[in-house]
Amino acid sequence: MNKHAKTLLVINAEAVLEKNLSRDVRERGAQGWTVTEVHGASLEGVREGAWEADRTIEMKVICDEAVADAIAEHVLATYAPHYSVALWFTPVQVLRPERY
Amino acid sequence: MIDVVVFFFLLGVFARLVKSDLRLPEALYETLSIYLLLAIGLKGGIELSKQPLAALAPQVLACMALGFVIPFVMYPLVRAMRLSGVDAAALVAHYGSVSVVTFAVAQAALAREGLAYESHAALWVAVMEAPGLIAGILLARWSLRDGRTRTNWGGLMHDVLFGKSVLLLMGGLLIGAVAGEAGTAPIKAVFVDPFKGVLALFLLELGLVAGGRLAEVRRFGPAVLVIGLVAPPVLAVAGAATGWALGLSTGGIALLATLAASASYIAAPTAMRIAVPQANAALSITAALGITFPFNIVIGIPLYIQLAHQFGKIGS
Repeated sequence: MNKHAKTLLVINAEAVLEKNLSRDVRERGAQGWTVTEVHGASLEGVREGAWEADRTIEMKVICDEAVADAIAEHVLATYAPHYSVALWFTPVQVLRPERY
Repeated sequence: MIDVVVFFFLLGVFARLVKSDLRLPEALYETLSIYLLLAIGLKGGIELSKQPLAALAPQVLACMALGFVIPFVMYPLVRAMRLSGVDAAALVAHYGSVSVVTFAVAQAALAREGLAYESHAALWVAVMEAPGLIAGILLARWSLRDGRTRTNWGGLMHDVLFGKSVLLLMGGLLIGAVAGEAGTAPIKAVFVDPFKGVLALFLLELGLVAGGRLAEVRRFGPAVLVIGLVAPPVLAVAGAATGWALGLSTGGIALLATLAASASYIAAPTAMRIAVPQANAALSITAALGITFPFNIVIGIPLYIQLAHQFGKIGS
């Protein structure tokens, strides 16, 4: 099977940022992403997701490494100073590289 | 005597304090909130169809003005309690905006006391959501004065005006007004009769959430506690005076007092988070949801009804 190397970028952020993040990742070249609701804790405190203002999302983007870097740089500069944000990279392998 | 729905709220707070594993599924919370907003709108809309629209204009304008002015009046007082400018601006925006559930509990209290009120009062709630948020953002921009802070007003107004609360309240009002009493009769069994039971269930969930914020009160110190407890009764007097000047019924005065005293914990935190990211969101939420909301539904509303009686006497 022919496998291709890509980068999985995972962004955990306050749910209020979902619209902005979706726009940002598309503008930086990501072709798709998935979003799930999560709950947990960070340095900024516990976020249980019990009501609107307490929700957290996890956005997963599979893309080229350069695109993931550009997205991460933008997220760090724009949102990290004032919002609770976590992000990390994982190398992944995909079968149809043109989709990512 | 405390209204039965308030006991559900207290049960939720208790469950939280004793660290119970009780948790309502998020989908249920979402469903209940949609139901309550629609039902409140519908109920108001049915009565709206019987009103001449011109007669409502002064009420709508006065409610909007009240919501807009509250943050400007509160801001210097909150600043005097050593909150930063941007934190104070975000906090007062929550108080300029309103809490729909507090309004629903006040309606239930009035119904129990047999005190009549303007049945289209849901319209006041719908128009009072946004003005306080705009005032709060203006104050935040003024307090930052760095020239770098830009506000996406278009996006923000879209999120507020087409957000769940205003959309469902206004939608319910319109459907109720167009369909009228006869048209809405077939859905009465869903949207009118079970209302109070649903409100009770929703308050159980809010008790769990508010109970969780109580622990945060210690983190922010006495200033937040004082603001959360003192602001509602003072604002209630302003609301009652406005209602009296508008010539509202005693029940109507109580409802407007409650709306003025209430603090938003759904629309305001979301709008402020986007518009004023520098502000400490936990501080505003702790005051609005952890202190003011429980105060209003347990102690405040009975007080505001008494206050309305006093204002009612002036008019007679």
